[in-house]
Amino acid sequence: MAKKLLIGNAAVAQGAWEAGVRLVSSYPGTPSTEITEAMVQYEDVYVEWAPNEKVACEVAIGGAIGGGRAMTCCKHVGLNVMADPVFTASYTGVNGGLVIAVADDPGMHSSQNEQDSRHYARAAKLCMLEPANSQECKDYTKLAFDLSEQFDVPVLLRLSTRVSHSQSLVEMEGRTEVELKPYEKNIGKYVMMPANAIRRHVVVEDRQRKLREYAETCDLNTVEDNGSSIGVITAGISYMYAKEALGNRVNYLKLGMAYPLPEKKIRDFVKGLDKVYVVEELDPFIEEHCKVMGIDVTGKEAFTLLGEYTPDMIKKAVFNEDAAAFAAVEEQIPVRPPVMCAGCPHRGTFYVLKKLGLTVSGDIGCYTLGAVAPLQSVDTTICMGASVSAALGMAKVRGQEFNKKLVSVIGDSTFIHSGITGLIDIVYNKGANTVIILDNSITGMTGHQDNPTTGKTIRGEATKQVDLEKLCYAIGVEHVVIADPFDVKNFEKVVKEEVERDEPSVIIAQRPCALLKTVKYTGRCVINDKCRNCKMCMKLGCPAISVKENKVVIDRNQCNGCGLCVNVCPFGAIEKEA
Amino acid sequence: MSTKNIMIVGVGGQGTLLASRILGNAVISQGYDVKVSEVHGMSQRGGSVVTYVKYGEQVYSPIIGKGEADIILAFETLEAYRALPFLKEGGKLIMNIQQMDPMPVITGAAQYPADVVEKLSAKASVTALDALSLAKEAGNPKAVNVVLIGLMARNTDIPYDVWVDTLKATVPPKFLDVNLKAFDLGYNRG
Repeated sequence: MAKKLLIGNAAVAQGAWEAGVRLVSSYPGTPSTEITEAMVQYEDVYVEWAPNEKVACEVAIGGAIGGGRAMTCCKHVGLNVMADPVFTASYTGVNGGLVIAVADDPGMHSSQNEQDSRHYARAAKLCMLEPANSQECKDYTKLAFDLSEQFDVPVLLRLSTRVSHSQSLVEMEGRTEVELKPYEKNIGKYVMMPANAIRRHVVVEDRQRKLREYAETCDLNTVEDNGSSIGVITAGISYMYAKEALGNRVNYLKLGMAYPLPEKKIRDFVKGLDKVYVVEELDPFIEEHCKVMGIDVTGKEAFTLLGEYTPDMIKKAVFNEDAAAFAAVEEQIPVRPPVMCAGCPHRGTFYVLKKLGLTVSGDIGCYTLGAVAPLQSVDTTICMGASVSAALGMAKVRGQEFNKKLVSVIGDSTFIHSGITGLIDIVYNKGANTVIILDNSITGMTGHQDNPTTGKTIRGEATKQVDLEKLCYAIGVEHVVIADPFDVKNFEKVVKEEVERDEPSVIIAQRPCALLKTVKYTGRCVINDKCRNCKMCMKLGCPAISVKENKVVIDRNQCNGCGLCVNVCPFGAIEKEA
Repeated sequence: MSTKNIMIVGVGGQGTLLASRILGNAVISQGYDVKVSEVHGMSQRGGSVVTYVKYGEQVYSPIIGKGEADIILAFETLEAYRALPFLKEGGKLIMNIQQMDPMPVITGAAQYPADVVEKLSAKASVTALDALSLAKEAGNPKAVNVVLIGLMARNTDIPYDVWVDTLKATVPPKFLDVNLKAFDLGYNRG
């Protein structure tokens, strides 16, 4: 059998394909995005980017009820967006298997919070599997489809950044074609009105009992007896860290099934052990399960609730052994936070917003970086869509004078995701907010996915394109202006005019992402002898412009010739060179 | 053999991801178990990026701790400095002398440290080269990553031909010539 080096996400995709999946619908979100992107290579699967996770999950639920194996993939906060259908799909159950892959982000490499998705499995009464490497990603995905059909339950597959984005070897196999299951109308099972849901809840509790029995006997939960008096109960990537740190010096119970957790298996494992540790990133999920059973385990009193774990941390906690010696850096060295790329269209927008001293209700995307120095104009970032709705709330409590110094900024994809509903709220409830849609023609942060405003499907096929301008008019916004954020003079004028209005207005800041292949900036920006060193261009926070020996210089290697600095220089001291 | 730990550090956009993939694929062709950790998303946008490649009989954790890296391959000088604590005693630090100012330096909130190569050389075995000039010589400044892979390749026990085959399998055909040239320029300075 051929082995291939795959990231966990690609292995999930391969597993789904091998399991005969027919439909995958997702919204991008780091660290889950590559699962759905990888599905594109399989021509026999219907795959799509949905406008948001709730829609994606509902499409997958429909596919599963329709009798096909279906999957939806999201990041941890995406599961919040899809929570509504997930909780009720637990009651309806499935027909074809339904798998929900959710990737947590301990350490918040690319997220706004550090929530632990395992709580959803318990809260929604589902089944959850947790792989620890790419091979398990593939194997568990395949098993997840089987379990989904066997127990009539949507199955969650819990990933984390280090599992999703680490490559390891995977045995590649062929696809097993799974027949479309017959679709039969079944009102009692699929119409969740009270009378039916009351009966289904009974079925759910009975199913969970059966899943708990399965957890006792399945080979997902494995014991590794090394003859030690110390036991470690662990799961997912934490197992790999523990194994590296502690080797064969302890006994392991690796829980591949994160929910429901076994009881008897854990009791048997701890029998005769002097000390039992629970090693799990984020919340004490397994630990609390053990403690409720009255089992004495050491968990969060030895390990942190915060961030990612490391083998060193585990070695220290269990054996009080120090990590390897290392050479220290003996001076304070500057951090290197992420920045907007050279040529980023958002730079022009935030330059103007900062200049005007506006309060900026921000959102999730590359443009969250508008909160970072020197642009530093974003005031709030909560979740997808909140820029629009939270600004209405701010305006309602602080009044119209405050509102005249307030804007929302939201990307094209994020606006479709959940900004549009907030804008409808503004129109409906007589708000007078100004919303700037940062239309860069792509979903940027997650690595260039198409969306309903780009005119292309995930497979690159031409499709209908949502017209943002018409959409805003259609919901009742009467003032919609399209402006280029690199034409800073005009953009400033437009923003000033629109915030003054006593009615809702939308500015569509239109300029494509500089990293798109279709964007061809040429030449370089160079400083001529008219430069008076006023450092106006430094306010852009462009990675190509810096001050060397008290003179402004442009790094030719980093400059892509976008020309924004040419437009902000008051002395005509920056020009484009071919 | 015991596990070999290679850490690749740089600035988002410099092509560290491709470098780690080339390395990972070269290593599996030798029959080793391997783990490669990648970085995606927010931190890719011009921030510090770190990827790990670990190979041996069996590899568990995909990450490398302080004092554990046999080789650090640094695409940028400040990032080489930042990564120093991860170098194993007796490990090799292979670095590009290119300097890219991080935003706190650009805004004047911090200073780019001086004489980094000298400071590092006092503490570790350092090979420094101007990979950007060599990449330009190969025909494309973006080939910095492959120049550095070439330099690092000399410091592993993986044969030259394996690297060339891996490049052929990893790099799009239209960029192959430039990349092979870039690899050789690095390799011959190793």
